[in-house]
Amino acid sequence: MTGIGNGVPRVEGRAKVTGAALYTFDLQPSEIGATQPILHGAAVLSTIACGRILALDTAAAEHSTGVRLVLTHRNMPPQAEWGPLNANVRFARAQPVFGDEQVRYFGEPVAFVVAESFECARAAAASIQVQYEADQAHTVLDSEHGIDPAPLHGGQSSDSSVGDFHGTFATARHRIDVQYETPYQNHAAIELQASIAAWDGDHLTVHTPAQITSAARTGLARTLNLPEDRVRVVARLIGGGFGGKLPYFADAVLCAVAARQLRQPVKFSFTRQQMFTATTHRSAVSHRVRIGVTTEGRITAISHDAVSQTASFDNYVDGSTAGAKGLYGAKAIRTTQRIARLDLPRSDSMRSPGDANGSMALECAIDEAAHACGQDPVAFRILNDTRVNPTTGRPYSSRHLVACLQEGARRFGWEERRSGRKGEWLIGQGVASAMRDNLVRPSAAQVTLTPAGQLVVRLDMTDPGTGTITILTQIAAETLGLPMEKVTVMLGDTDFPKTSGSGGSFGAESSGSAVYEACLALRRRLDDMTKGRDASPETVLRLVGEAGGVTAEGKIAPGDETKRYSEASFGAQFAEVAVNVHTGETRVPRMLGVFACGRIINERTARSQALGGMIWGLSSALIEANNVDHRGQMAMRDLANYHVPVLADIQNIDAVLLPETEPVANPLGMKGIGEVGINGAAAAIANAVFDATGIRIRRFPITLDRLLPGLPPLA
Amino acid sequence: MKDFAFSTAHSVDDAAHAAASGARPIAGGTNLLDLMKLQIETPNRLVSVRRLPRLDRVTVTDEGGVRIGAEVTNAALAAHPLIRQRYPLLSRAILAGASAQIRNMATTGGNLLQRTRCVQFYDMTDACNKRQPGSGCGARMGGNRMNAIIGGSEACIAVNPSDMSVALRVLDATVHVQDATGRVRAIPVASFHLLPGETPERETALQPGEIITEISLPPPPMGVHHYRKVRDRTSYAFALISVGAVADIREGRIVSARFAFGGIAPRPWRVEAAEAAMANRPAEVATIEHACDIALEGAKGYGDNDFKILLARRTLVATLLT
Repeated sequence: MTGIGNGVPRVEGRAKVTGAALYTFDLQPSEIGATQPILHGAAVLSTIACGRILALDTAAAEHSTGVRLVLTHRNMPPQAEWGPLNANVRFARAQPVFGDEQVRYFGEPVAFVVAESFECARAAAASIQVQYEADQAHTVLDSEHGIDPAPLHGGQSSDSSVGDFHGTFATARHRIDVQYETPYQNHAAIELQASIAAWDGDHLTVHTPAQITSAARTGLARTLNLPEDRVRVVARLIGGGFGGKLPYFADAVLCAVAARQLRQPVKFSFTRQQMFTATTHRSAVSHRVRIGVTTEGRITAISHDAVSQTASFDNYVDGSTAGAKGLYGAKAIRTTQRIARLDLPRSDSMRSPGDANGSMALECAIDEAAHACGQDPVAFRILNDTRVNPTTGRPYSSRHLVACLQEGARRFGWEERRSGRKGEWLIGQGVASAMRDNLVRPSAAQVTLTPAGQLVVRLDMTDPGTGTITILTQIAAETLGLPMEKVTVMLGDTDFPKTSGSGGSFGAESSGSAVYEACLALRRRLDDMTKGRDASPETVLRLVGEAGGVTAEGKIAPGDETKRYSEASFGAQFAEVAVNVHTGETRVPRMLGVFACGRIINERTARSQALGGMIWGLSSALIEANNVDHRGQMAMRDLANYHVPVLADIQNIDAVLLPETEPVANPLGMKGIGEVGINGAAAAIANAVFDATGIRIRRFPITLDRLLPGLPPLA
Repeated sequence: MKDFAFSTAHSVDDAAHAAASGARPIAGGTNLLDLMKLQIETPNRLVSVRRLPRLDRVTVTDEGGVRIGAEVTNAALAAHPLIRQRYPLLSRAILAGASAQIRNMATTGGNLLQRTRCVQFYDMTDACNKRQPGSGCGARMGGNRMNAIIGGSEACIAVNPSDMSVALRVLDATVHVQDATGRVRAIPVASFHLLPGETPERETALQPGEIITEISLPPPPMGVHHYRKVRDRTSYAFALISVGAVADIREGRIVSARFAFGGIAPRPWRVEAAEAAMANRPAEVATIEHACDIALEGAKGYGDNDFKILLARRTLVATLLT
């Protein structure tokens, strides 16, 4: 049995664990269809946060062994202007590199060396001397100075307001008014950002791990003033995306320009250290959350005001308020999102962008509200459940938050939980709700049944390690009644039909539905060929053979249902922590997440998604952060200092996926699973820390130095 | 990475001659190679000291101690029956550091010479008197969570990151070295690591051309061995604070106790006067806190690392009394 629902292993799993799988930077000339050797690039980054390049001494680099080209703003060919800021697809904007002598953040690429070997390129890059004239840089996120991003988004505001928040809040029996701070984070995916560019006449092919290949293609074409049909972007395998590869980056532009000038393919990867500034990060966010509650524990008023950082030249908004808008049935809700444009690298999407940190603030504040009115935190959330999104007024198409909370409480042993001291450890438990809006994006797929009986599925969807290749194989196999080994899924190529790409939890259901529709179309074509008669497989194959193969296409786009329903995945997060009474070290002996995310195509990969999100939640609660130093530099720039959890940090962890079928969003009954797993996970841990210690830390991560002053005196 | 020449020494004499003429000894390379990739270290020549004869073993000495060859890997040393049975502090300290893969490569001599993990030392765009004498100290400007609270200077507040060295300091180890003329020296580990003063680029008492051949330990002191490491995640992180200790506590009294802190100073921080203040005193919080006050006299934070003063005190109490 190979069909939907089974936890079949990843199609490409063996290749990945044996090292046979090829990622972008691994590709050799023969694998990109090149006959020449591939040249290597190396980049030099700025060492001021704001100002101008006064002088660039590249003479030594140009004469260095093996060097073929040095690119700087002085010799870069003309490129399009940055933007437009308010482009329909943010990841398809023009992004000129070395456009002028301006420096906009610390660690921005300012020079690029291409040489015959990696070593030559790096040695030459290290010899480049840059002189700057620095201006006063603004690098401190200050919640007082956020601006309304609407004018930078064509007037479109993300603020919301229903009911009379101020009046309702003012008269509430219990009022929570708290400020939470969530920090900068970096993606730190194992695969670095890298590109290989090669030209065939005036056609450009760029291999780069872009989560949305079509957006990268449009963006590159715009940047380089090329017609889109002369640009192809390929991303066969991606070694971790997490939103950090939704944009394309300077590596793609620089390789394309250099390869054209040198008439030879060029590859370049940022170093691990460079990744921390030359790509995008999760913004730090300052959150003010207010919650008004009646004597009986009913939430009447919620507000969430978020201020996030964006680059001085950008308009990205983080610090989502979706939870405040839709999780609980308050009659008065208002939310605002403001941005501070700072002289720092670009912030952009990272795993559940906005909601990952928005839920940290909201779900801790909800815990504070439950305590204020003397309610059990699980019961409090159940009491305030809603069937209708209170901000949009639209009913949820499927919402099983209460079931998640109840099933979670049962499995976790919430009622029997024991807090208190055990040896030198303070034990506590916490809970949080999780929600992530569901999205379907226009997607198409093409399927071909070959004369040999192999089904080849083509679409420009990508698999950033989530299991997309496998679930699309399953969907195609199930829909056509084929064994999985008779299905070959080919992804990540703009020569294939355009899809959503991967991101925002929309990838699986958008591309999956397109594959499903394409397979149905193929079945109709086969039925036509057999004239509706019940034909044997042999007959069908003979007919397909005579036709030289049969191809069909299918597509999906969001329809009217999004105007009638609110769609979201839900979950409940439970955590037990142990805080060392002497040192404040926090361990997490137990984590449980229960999720309702529509129909599960592959239990194994879906559960991995949920567990990965929960682990990142643990990381956000206790471990992971970057800081900006006094020069505007990201202080942590390697995996020794930028801490993410290690295996020893993860003890008993489980994710349960409740049976659910989404009735309206798509024909497969699916919802997004990629991001809901991180939402609320950090808050559950923070709430457990409070339960264990009585200390409420409102600045993440909860490192031991923040707990230390509040721990009991030494006995 | 800059081009460099590489050779392998087949005797200590070879290695010392190469070192005397400017080659940089390399053993496991777990620290040096990282620094070379970032061009923090740019040696023209490397000489491998990985294959020196007879320096890959642990042997018992006539006095009842042990001699540890400089090429014994951290993994082998931590697992060695003699060390596990008689110097469990050393085993535990080593196993608290790095990862299994790194410990398989890293050597005893190399571990003694590992350089600071100070963020500003690693950032070629920042000021660092250790990396570039006279350029200033970026760590004093902030971002100093991992930096020293004691033993530092105006010029440098970097921390020695070695767990192993903390144990060696508590165990009164001696570092044996040999130079190109065949002259041997025995350097007590207490004076092996230098305080930065005005010359933070000078980190050890090794003279140019000297090669570490062995580390010797006297017979183990009486008492229970402890190594407690406090850090920002459960494994694979440098210490915020570590405590290495050997304590002989009987019937509620401290007969004798010795301890050193890691993670707070440019070298393992041991103050013998603090230990003397605990001897024959009741095993209670006040005794330990008094000893800690002596050990940390003059300690000060630089902002992000202020908490280490309180953490050191609490960790020491937890180590000795629980």
